[in-house]
Amino acid sequence: MLNALLVMIGLAVALGAVLGFASLKFKVEGNPLVEKVDAILPQIQCGQCGFPGCKPYAEAIASGKAAINLCAPGGEAVMKRLADLLGVEPQPLAAEAARPKPKQVALIDEQICIGCTLCFQACPVDAIVGAAKQVHTVLDSECTGCELCLPPCPVDCITMVPVEEGLNGWKWNYPVYPISDDARKDVEVTS
Amino acid sequence: MRTLHPFHGGIHPPEHKSQSTRQGIAAAPLPARLVVPLRQHNGNPARPVVAVGDHVLKGQMIGAPEGFISAAVHAPASGRVMAIEMQPIPHPSGLPDVSVVLEPDGEERWIERQAIDYRAIDPADLRNRLRDAGVVGLGGAVFPSHIKLDASGLETLVINAAECEPYITCDDMLMRERAAEVVQGIAIMQHVMAAREVLIGIEDNKPEAISAMQAACQGSGFEVVTVPTLYPSGSAKQLIKLLTGKEVPSGALAPQVGVQCFNVATAYTIHRAVNHGEPVISRIVTLTGNMEEPRNYEVLIGTPVGELVKVAKPRADTSGYLMGGPMMGLPLTDPGVPVVKATNCIIATSAELFPPPPRAMPCIRCTRCAQACPADLQPQELFWFAKAKNFAKAQEYQLFDCIECGCCNYVCPSHIPLVQFYRFAKSEIHAQERDRKASERARERHEFREFRLEREKQEKAAKHAAKAAQAAASPDGGSGDEAAAKKAAIQAAIDRAKAKKAAVTPQNVDDLPPEAQAKIDEIEERRTHARESAGQAAAVQKSDEGQGAS
Amino acid sequence: MENYFLILIGTVFVNNIVLAKILGLCPFMGVSKKLEAAIGMGMATTFVLTLASGASYLVNHYLLGSELAYLRTLSFIIVIASIVQFTEMFIHKTSPVLYQVLGIYLPLITTNCAVLGIPLLNVQENHDFIQSLFFGFGGAVGFALVLTTFAAMRERLEGADVPLPFKGSAIAMVTAGLMSIASMGFSGLVK
Repeated sequence: MLNALLVMIGLAVALGAVLGFASLKFKVEGNPLVEKVDAILPQIQCGQCGFPGCKPYAEAIASGKAAINLCAPGGEAVMKRLADLLGVEPQPLAAEAARPKPKQVALIDEQICIGCTLCFQACPVDAIVGAAKQVHTVLDSECTGCELCLPPCPVDCITMVPVEEGLNGWKWNYPVYPISDDARKDVEVTS
Repeated sequence: MRTLHPFHGGIHPPEHKSQSTRQGIAAAPLPARLVVPLRQHNGNPARPVVAVGDHVLKGQMIGAPEGFISAAVHAPASGRVMAIEMQPIPHPSGLPDVSVVLEPDGEERWIERQAIDYRAIDPADLRNRLRDAGVVGLGGAVFPSHIKLDASGLETLVINAAECEPYITCDDMLMRERAAEVVQGIAIMQHVMAAREVLIGIEDNKPEAISAMQAACQGSGFEVVTVPTLYPSGSAKQLIKLLTGKEVPSGALAPQVGVQCFNVATAYTIHRAVNHGEPVISRIVTLTGNMEEPRNYEVLIGTPVGELVKVAKPRADTSGYLMGGPMMGLPLTDPGVPVVKATNCIIATSAELFPPPPRAMPCIRCTRCAQACPADLQPQELFWFAKAKNFAKAQEYQLFDCIECGCCNYVCPSHIPLVQFYRFAKSEIHAQERDRKASERARERHEFREFRLEREKQEKAAKHAAKAAQAAASPDGGSGDEAAAKKAAIQAAIDRAKAKKAAVTPQNVDDLPPEAQAKIDEIEERRTHARESAGQAAAVQKSDEGQGAS
Repeated sequence: MENYFLILIGTVFVNNIVLAKILGLCPFMGVSKKLEAAIGMGMATTFVLTLASGASYLVNHYLLGSELAYLRTLSFIIVIASIVQFTEMFIHKTSPVLYQVLGIYLPLITTNCAVLGIPLLNVQENHDFIQSLFFGFGGAVGFALVLTTFAAMRERLEGADVPLPFKGSAIAMVTAGLMSIASMGFSGLVK
């Protein structure tokens, strides 16, 4: 009896000591997972997940403090890739994130803009150019469509315009083609 | 006799070439309207250099090349610029693109044409001239030729005259009738690239073209090589393999193995551009298929297809038109789309000539597609992964080496539209790549912004510290007054802005219907409200700043 | 020498830990969705299992002996958990690249019953120290081999037209069963 206790205590103490020593000796700062998560997030910096930007959300995900289903601009695709990376089951998108939005950019109505500088202070990617008492304008190519400039505008002169599908961004659709009746019977079972 | 090095796979579809070679090339009539798209080549679209209402001469540049990968676009006929607007173009999306609409005046007055002595000028200069003449690859890929010509000390120059796709005979007829000019064009290319050897590959189903080219090549040192008829021997990489035995590695370009390949029609346009000073404003187009008088026509770029096909008299049961061949061609959705530099053939389709494909069955992994694939890929695997949207795997199986030739479609016993899946997967991968780049950029900009804010904060803090030290040094310190003066100035500015806005009087507001008036009132109300809150916000912000400064 | 070779062949093919002994099924099902992950998990398990076989032999032989045999399972679990923890910290510090590859799979190994099963089998079959190491290494290689093969098959299953009730885990189970039956073909290889 005493032998058994001594053996177990000895084992526990020895292994504990080794692990304790190792945790001091092999201490590593930083979490490489944050970078990986951040690389998946769309970098729109919209804050719709409740965190002030993509990096803080990535940190929260990496440390397990946030769910992976909060990114509205990323939608299903980003959630699935996060689930893949972290080895967890995909979850349905959170209610606030579930509405898919078309790609859009901000447009400032230059007739109304009073040059108050509030919007470009809010822009997370510096995509609004202007100066105090000068009309501001949006750099289309840099705008991520995050809508963060909408609330601060005192004269509501900013609108979001959907980006039209042009030849440069055009994509082939997923092929849809008629299949034979025999094959259709199989498909009815599979889907 | 040169040893040929057959490529893997390939198919023998019915040729249908003889009907359009019975008569020589004819000039198509001048249309009432020419629609010249500014994007007729790979790379950046040309920048319009004419204005609406301008009178242009035949051959005048209307679109200047923009950037390195681009080519010029020219007026195909003299006339007036009616519009520069979005017009339907031949593109699988059916989306319109910026085009110059011309109304020909029928005078056909040319700009001043000047031949270039290509032996006397620098090759770089000559390449720029070709770019300005709008010379692009006319085989269908329309890649700007001046870029491809930038490869000095080339081992082999391959001239692609295989014309392997069924129905198309424009290169065949060009060689039969204008072999001497083609050879002069090839001589220019050989000179620019200092190529040691020139091989002209022609499929053995064009004996007249072969003998015409052989006669024209007498004494030039160019070798006409007869290759067996096998689709797709007219694809650049496959023809290079066939003629030289060299395989262009995946992801590499032909010059890396010392070969460059040009279409025979491109050689002709280079000859016209250099020896006659004529830019690319027309090309030979085969009108064939379900037509009474199939024939090749020399067509002005910009001629609307709907108008052009009338000369070949399409039969009554014509159901639509294909641009290009039956293997890789593009069904045209709008008869208003113009002939562009890539248009080598227009086929009238009918239910009899092109019956709808039988309904698809599941893939049974018979690998007939793999046996037919000229790029030596595994089409059944690519299909599997593209269908499951597993794009990473599809890329591992070298999706981007697929030339979309359609051999796999042709042999598939289950009639699966395989190429559509490859196109879908390719464009999805490109889109993902674009998104990734955009988010990379957004991340950089966001991080820089954070850094900038931090720096500004520190600078401000340092300034305040300095100021505080100064204020402490001078006992009466006027900072309070300063802030008040600043605040007053800001208030004055806000008032001025308000006054200016209020002074804008609306126009055209007499006798408005009541609902419009109500709408205006509503807007006006919102605006007043916005102004008030703006004033407040600005005041709040300014007072914040005022406090910060004191 | 021949003895060790037979142990290797026997554990990798004939008495495969997953297919013949039906151990370690949780990571076999869980980490086989992606080939990359499966390879990482296989490598991590091989590393840990070899160490664990040796360590548990030492604990059993020198610490427990025959009188404290009832503490075997308990002490083996402690030893394995410590080795996994230690390995994770060690790799994290010394080789960030390897840590990126194995990273999130290392802690999962603690719960892999194959890692406990092999040391217990070692005791049962009276292996000496070197034999235990070979047995552990062979068992782990067998596990890794089957895991990667299965993951490769599951990646293909993703794209297959599977009847709806069989989609996902169900068809994976069927596949695993077929693999197990197929592996019976090895049974005549070593007497």
